[in-house]
Amino acid sequence: MKSHVWRPLFVAIGLVLLIIVVRSFLVPDDFGVWERGYMYGLHRKGNEAEWKKVTVKYRTKAYCKECHAEKVESIDRSPHGIIPCENCHGPAMNHPEDPPTLTIDHSRELCIRCHAKLFTPSSGRSKIRGIDPVTHNPGAECSLCHDPHHPNLEALKRHE
Amino acid sequence: MVHGEAWTIKEFFTYPNEYIYWTIQIVMYPFMTGLVAGAFVLSSLYHVFGVKQLKDIARFSLVFSFALLPTAMMPLMLHLQQPQRGIEVMMTPHFTSAIAAFGIVFSTYGMIVAAELWFVYRQYFVQTVHELKAKPDRTAWESILIPLYSVLTMGAWDISEHALEKDEKAVKILAGIGIPVACFLHGYAGFIFGSVKANALWMTPLMPVIFICSAVVSGIALCIITYVVCMELRKLIFAWKRKQNPDLPSTEELKSVEVNVVTMTVKYLIMFLILAITLELLDLIFRGYTAVKSWDILRSVIYEKDFTKIFILQYGFGNLIPFILLLMPRLTIRRAVVGTLMVLLGVFMMRWNVVIGGQAFSSSFAGFMEYHLPIWPHDMETFKEGFFGALMVAVTPFVLFFCLSRILPVFGQKGGH
Amino acid sequence: MNRREFLKRSIVVVAGMAVPTAALELIDPKKLLAAKPELRWVFLVDTHSCVGCGFCVKACKIENEVPYDANVTRTWVERYVITKDGKTHIDSPKGALNGFTSKKIDIGQGHTKEIKDEEIVQSFFVPKLCNQCENPPCVQVCPVGATYQTADGVVLVDRTWCIGCGYCIMGCPYGVRFFHPVYRVAEKCNFCYHRISKGMKTACVDACPFGARKVGNLRDPNDPVTKVIMTERVAILKEEYGTKPQVYYLGLSKEVR
Repeated sequence: MKSHVWRPLFVAIGLVLLIIVVRSFLVPDDFGVWERGYMYGLHRKGNEAEWKKVTVKYRTKAYCKECHAEKVESIDRSPHGIIPCENCHGPAMNHPEDPPTLTIDHSRELCIRCHAKLFTPSSGRSKIRGIDPVTHNPGAECSLCHDPHHPNLEALKRHE
Repeated sequence: MVHGEAWTIKEFFTYPNEYIYWTIQIVMYPFMTGLVAGAFVLSSLYHVFGVKQLKDIARFSLVFSFALLPTAMMPLMLHLQQPQRGIEVMMTPHFTSAIAAFGIVFSTYGMIVAAELWFVYRQYFVQTVHELKAKPDRTAWESILIPLYSVLTMGAWDISEHALEKDEKAVKILAGIGIPVACFLHGYAGFIFGSVKANALWMTPLMPVIFICSAVVSGIALCIITYVVCMELRKLIFAWKRKQNPDLPSTEELKSVEVNVVTMTVKYLIMFLILAITLELLDLIFRGYTAVKSWDILRSVIYEKDFTKIFILQYGFGNLIPFILLLMPRLTIRRAVVGTLMVLLGVFMMRWNVVIGGQAFSSSFAGFMEYHLPIWPHDMETFKEGFFGALMVAVTPFVLFFCLSRILPVFGQKGGH
Repeated sequence: MNRREFLKRSIVVVAGMAVPTAALELIDPKKLLAAKPELRWVFLVDTHSCVGCGFCVKACKIENEVPYDANVTRTWVERYVITKDGKTHIDSPKGALNGFTSKKIDIGQGHTKEIKDEEIVQSFFVPKLCNQCENPPCVQVCPVGATYQTADGVVLVDRTWCIGCGYCIMGCPYGVRFFHPVYRVAEKCNFCYHRISKGMKTACVDACPFGARKVGNLRDPNDPVTKVIMTERVAILKEEYGTKPQVYYLGLSKEVR
C-alpha cells in the first residue's frame, strides 16, 4: 500500500467518511424502517403524530346539537335533514369562541349543487327535484322563496 | 398558482391534479448525463481497448466529461421544489426508488473520472511545477499555478519510469471500471422512466438500453463538435503564432490529424446510432403490434399530437439525414459537423419525446396535456423550468471546460497518455 | 500489488459505498414482527348514491388546508355521460368543487360540449380520492423516505423531508398526488388522518348528505363498511397495476377511468 497509486482512493474514502459523519448530524433519530418494512415504511416516525395534530375544522352535526338541539331536531324531520349543518353554515371550528359567528352561505350556487336539473338516469341525482338555474328566477337568492330548513312545498306556501 | 399550471394546457378529460410536472429540466437531465457518459466511453475506447486513432480525442473527451459532470446534477437541482433538501438522497436513501441511487452512482462516477484525470495529468503537474520553479520571471498566473499544481499532485512527486508505468496501468483500470459505471449512471436514468408503471409510454424494459445507446451517440457527437471547434481555433492561433515559432505544426498537418480523428470517431457514432434506432423502432413496433389498453391513446399521441416532434424532428432530421450525411463517402469536416449537430438535435428530441411525450396524455387515457415551454420568465419557476434555465444548463459545461482547460491543457505534447 | 488485487479492492470499495448504510443499521426484525395491525383503514364509495354536489370536495379543501381556489384537490368527483353512440364523456370542472350545475361537459381550456338529454343512455358520478394502496407505488419510488405507509394502511407525506422531485406524482396511476401550492411538497389525501385517529369520520364522509362515502376498518368484521365489502360485489380502480387499492366501489362501470 506504499504506492502513490492509492492516493485518490484515500481521498474517496475520506469523502465517504465525511458523508457518514454529516449523516449522523442531519438525520433525525426516529428516522428508520417502521411497521411496513423498508419498501413502504422508511420514514421519520414523529411525522405521524404531526399529521394527527392537524386542527379539526368540521365538527359534525353532533357538535351543533350540543347547543342547538331543538333546531337540529326540527330540521332533521325535513327532507333537508340529511344535509350536515356545516355544509351551509361553514365549519364550526371552535365556535362559539372562535369564530363567534359562522358565515352562512346563502348563495344560489350552494343550492344548485343538488338542485340544478341534470339528466342523470343512472344516478341518485335524478331523484332530486331540480330547476334550470338559467331560467328559474335568475339572480335571486333561493331563500327569498324557499326555506332551506323546511324546503317542502307546504312551507313554501306559508311564505306566500 | 399550482406548480405546473403555468405551462400545461389540458384537453378533454384529465384528472384534476394532472399537470406536466416534469419539464424541460428533466429533458436536460438525461441529455446532459448522456453527454457525460458518451464522452467518457469515447475516451475509454482509447484507454481500455487501445483504439490508437482516438488518442488525440481521448484526453480531450475525458476532461470534457469531467466538465459535464456538474451539469448532470444541475437540472435536477433546478427541478426540485426543495433543492436545499437534495442532500437527503445521500442521507436517507430509499433504494426501492430509482432516483435514490443517483447520489451514490453519481459521486462514484465523479471520483473515478477525477482519479483518472489525476493519473493522466500527474506527470504534467510535477513537470510544470519544476519548470515554473526554475523560471526566473514568472507571471502572476504562473505563480498561482505552482501551489495549485503542488496541491493537485497530492504529494506524489515521483515521475520515474516505474511510477509512470503504474499511472498508466491505473488509468487503464479506472477507465475499465468507468465504462460500466458510466453506462450504469445513464442506463439507470433510463430506468427512472422505464420503471414507472403508471406511465404507459415510459414503462418498457428497453428504456435503459435505449438511453445508453443514445447517450453514447450524443456524447460522441458533442465531443466531435467541440473537438473540431478547438482544432479550428488552434489552426488560427498557430497560424498567427508561427511567425515567432516556426516549429509549430502547420495548418495542413493539423487538418489531416483532424480529418483522421473525426472520420474514425464518426464510425463509432454511426455504430451506436444504428443500435439506438433499432431499439427505438422495436419498441414502437412492439407497442403497435401488441396494442394493449393504452395503445389507443399512445397512438394518437405518437401519430397525431407529436408527429412532427417524433417522426420529423427526431427520426427525420435527427437520425435519417445525419445517417446519410455521415455515411456518404469522402467525409469532410463540414459535413461531419452538420451531421453531428443534427444527431445532437435528434437525441435531444428523443429525450423530449420521452419526458414530455410521456406526460402528453392523461393517465385516465381520456385526455391530453400540452407543454408550453416558458420563454420569457415572469417568476423564479418559469425561469428555472423555462428556456433560460435550460440554456444555463447547456452553457455551463462549456464554461467549465474553458476553465478546466486553463489548468489541465487538453492539447499539447507533454504528458504520456 | 498486482492488477487483480487492485480490481478486487476497488470493487469492494465501490460495493461498500453502494450498501444502504441507512438500511443496515435500521432494520429491526423485532419491530417488524411487532407490527400486527388490528386496524386497516378502507373506504367505500357508492356511486349510485352520489349526486355530484361536491360538498365533499369543499369540506376536504377547508379541512385539510388546501388553498380553496387552487386547481388541485385531494378528492374530486367525476361525471360520466354515456351517449347512444357508445361514446363516454367525462368531466370534473375544478374537481367538482362547486358541484355539477350545468348540463354542458367541460372539455378543457374553457370549452364545453353540449349533449342533448335524448342522446344520454347513462350518466352518473364517481367520487375519487387516494386509494391508500396496499402496495403504494408512490411510496416505492420516493428516493428519500419522505412518503410512507403507516401500520394502519394510510399513506402520509412528511412535509419536512420531501425534496419535491415529483417522482411519486409520476408513480401514482390514479393522479391523486400534486404539489401543495403553499408548502411546495407532495400532497395527497390521507383519509383525514387527524380525524380518523380521533374516532371521527373523514371530512368528506361527514359532508356527504347521501351516504355515498364511508370509511371503515377492514380488520373489524362488524364494521358496516367491512360487511359491505365482504358480502357485496365491489370493484376497485385500475386493478391491472397491482397496487391493491383499498377504496372499494359499489356500482362501478367499465367506463370509469
